[in-house]
Amino acid sequence: MFRGIIKNGIRNELLLKVEEISGQNVFNCYQCGNCSSGCPVVEYMDITPNQVLRLSQYGASEEILDSETIWVCSTCLQCSSRCPKGIDVARIMEAYRTINLRSGIGKINPRKIDVSAANDIPPILLVSAMRKLTG
Amino acid sequence: MKKIGVFICHCGVNIKDTVDVERLTEELADYPGVVYLENYMFMCSDPGQNLIKKAIAEHKLDGIVVAACSPTLHESTFQNAIEEVDINKYQMEIANIREQCSWVHNVKEDATLKAKLIIKSAIEKLRLNESLIPVSAPLTKRVLIIGGGITGIQAALDIADGGYEVILVEKKPSIGGHMIQLSETFPTLDCSQCILTPKMVQAGKNKNITLYANSEVESIEGFMGNFTAKIIRKPQYVDPDKCTMCDDCTSACPVVVPDEYNEGLSFRKAIYVPFPQAIPSSYTIDMEHCLGFEPIACGECREACEPDAINYDVKTEEISEKIGAVIIATGYDLYPVENMAEYGYGKYPDVLIGLQFERILSATGPTGGVMLRPSDGTVPKNIVFIQCSGSRDPERHLSHCSKICCMYTLKHAKLYKHKVPDGQSYIFYIDIRSGGKRYEEFIQQAVSEEGIIYIRGKVAKVYKEGDKMIVHGMDTLTGKKMEIETDLVVLSQGIVPSEGARQLAKSLKLSTDEAGFLIEAHPKLRPLESLQSGFYLAGAAQGPKDIPDAVAQASGAAAKVLALMANDEISHEPVIAYVDDNKCSGCGICIGICPYGARVLENGIAIVNDVLCEGCGACISACPSGASQQRNLTDDQINNMIKVILG
Repeated sequence: MFRGIIKNGIRNELLLKVEEISGQNVFNCYQCGNCSSGCPVVEYMDITPNQVLRLSQYGASEEILDSETIWVCSTCLQCSSRCPKGIDVARIMEAYRTINLRSGIGKINPRKIDVSAANDIPPILLVSAMRKLTG
Repeated sequence: MKKIGVFICHCGVNIKDTVDVERLTEELADYPGVVYLENYMFMCSDPGQNLIKKAIAEHKLDGIVVAACSPTLHESTFQNAIEEVDINKYQMEIANIREQCSWVHNVKEDATLKAKLIIKSAIEKLRLNESLIPVSAPLTKRVLIIGGGITGIQAALDIADGGYEVILVEKKPSIGGHMIQLSETFPTLDCSQCILTPKMVQAGKNKNITLYANSEVESIEGFMGNFTAKIIRKPQYVDPDKCTMCDDCTSACPVVVPDEYNEGLSFRKAIYVPFPQAIPSSYTIDMEHCLGFEPIACGECREACEPDAINYDVKTEEISEKIGAVIIATGYDLYPVENMAEYGYGKYPDVLIGLQFERILSATGPTGGVMLRPSDGTVPKNIVFIQCSGSRDPERHLSHCSKICCMYTLKHAKLYKHKVPDGQSYIFYIDIRSGGKRYEEFIQQAVSEEGIIYIRGKVAKVYKEGDKMIVHGMDTLTGKKMEIETDLVVLSQGIVPSEGARQLAKSLKLSTDEAGFLIEAHPKLRPLESLQSGFYLAGAAQGPKDIPDAVAQASGAAAKVLALMANDEISHEPVIAYVDDNKCSGCGICIGICPYGARVLENGIAIVNDVLCEGCGACISACPSGASQQRNLTDDQINNMIKVILG
């Protein structure tokens, strides 16, 4: 039915999953870009936080699952506190990470971290690789 | 010699910082005729005006020069002030030393010298000023309103309620305009016909409103307060008093033509009622398509008509009406959609324009309010709306924003969702403009809760594949290509002034912008008046407008007209042309050159109609013998002004 970016329909299963995990309505976003402009690590992302929302609205969640962005996000909550439409953007980032982690895709395997080195790893890195808000 | 007072304003720092006002006050003290000088921080303030009034009394002044800002701002302030102390208001001259001096220069020495010359030239003009009294003329307390859409109807009702007679002229067989074609109205989604038809009925029944439907204004002669309008009333060929509305005639009529009310999506006969709630409620024969004008060819409706109400021999009527003021409410049309080849309109039946989609949504529309697409009568499961179709495209189409499309497109998407709950709509947009009251909330609610998808980008092309339309676009927010396979495409076609309005504006000498919309006297402070006295503007004829704005403007224009009608006679500025009988050779050059038709030859001499003359000066510069002169701006005055400036 679609060629180009909308190829899996709008409210597809993956999006419903993201909405369920995050508890957020991605359609509230009107693309002001305040999340991206406030993000301290946006220059290290391959797609910006507002584009994450936009692609979600188009049901293009795979693009986000494959992105570096969700692993760069450190859940500092700048985006969530700035959003004029009250969207908790960090929760959406974490929802995508969680979906990946649940299917065994991750950047760090916690079991493989050397115990002696664990104390030197900044906690924020572990948050970026895993989760902070969801169980 | 006149005893002249000169009052120099500092305008806070606006003038004082660039012009040495103290030096001016000293240096002009011995200028011939000047008996009093004063400078003050704000001459326009009450204390400033009091200074002038006090000086007039103490020094017996009979002429005043105020050196201050442009006369467009405070001329009337100072005129009124001196009138309070019984000096004729034409014995006051403004020397503009702000816009024409302090604001455009920065060297104080030079600016002060220039200000001095400007003031001196004003003194020279004032020296020969006559005391004038405004020209007065009788006032016809009747109003002509051109256009019977919501704007014209509202203005007519307001003026009629004020107790004055209204002549309401509508080109189509019924009043109601475009609003009667709408299904529901944003942002409240109340039914358009439900809120409009009561007003139509009131307009039809009001004793103060004379309604001429199926009629057009051919010309308006005369001047503010005293116009004569020539109205061409096309015959309806059906006598409404005899007609019983039995509808036998339409069943008999063999001619089938596209129905304008349904924007060509259904058909009507050549004898028809435009729509069920039409006002006036009567049948009309469409003379362009009827065969009955050659009775040998046809005559079916006349034969079918039992009460014998049909008469093919009725002739076009020419009506002449005396009126005092005119409201132009000629409304809008859509920018010709044939120009949008890339969107496939006309080529594919499933590419519609907004007004057509409006008819499909409407209970009185071609599908009885059921959402079906034209090509195969199936329910469209998805729709792509394309905004700015023709608008905001100065290179190829219209440069202006059509203003109402953002809102009605969303309304369409919403109403579609209500009719087809599992349907999906996509709106391609450049910007969303939702500036009206509760408009933004209307949009955000639809986007958050009703799953309407906005895609930022302009559609490049629309083409057909199988029974689907392919919309080829781009989402500029993600930079991704966007191709949507859809059942229906709806274009938010841009708005232009209604057909014939441009011609009307030309014949009435009303100025229009490049798109043909009427130009108001001042974009902010006189939005309801034309520069041509006696003509008022309302609704989409002045610029694209939604219903709330059109209604507000209609009532505003009505208030302006009511204020005029409350006078016993009209008063006209006396700074106008006059003719020196002894010098006039009767050559008639001034007659052709006068843009207001204020000049006629009488007994071999050109004379000026004081009420028509707007004081533009065209005849004065054209007159080869110097017989034409402007009051208080005679050749002698101008020569003296130039002389003093050149030193």
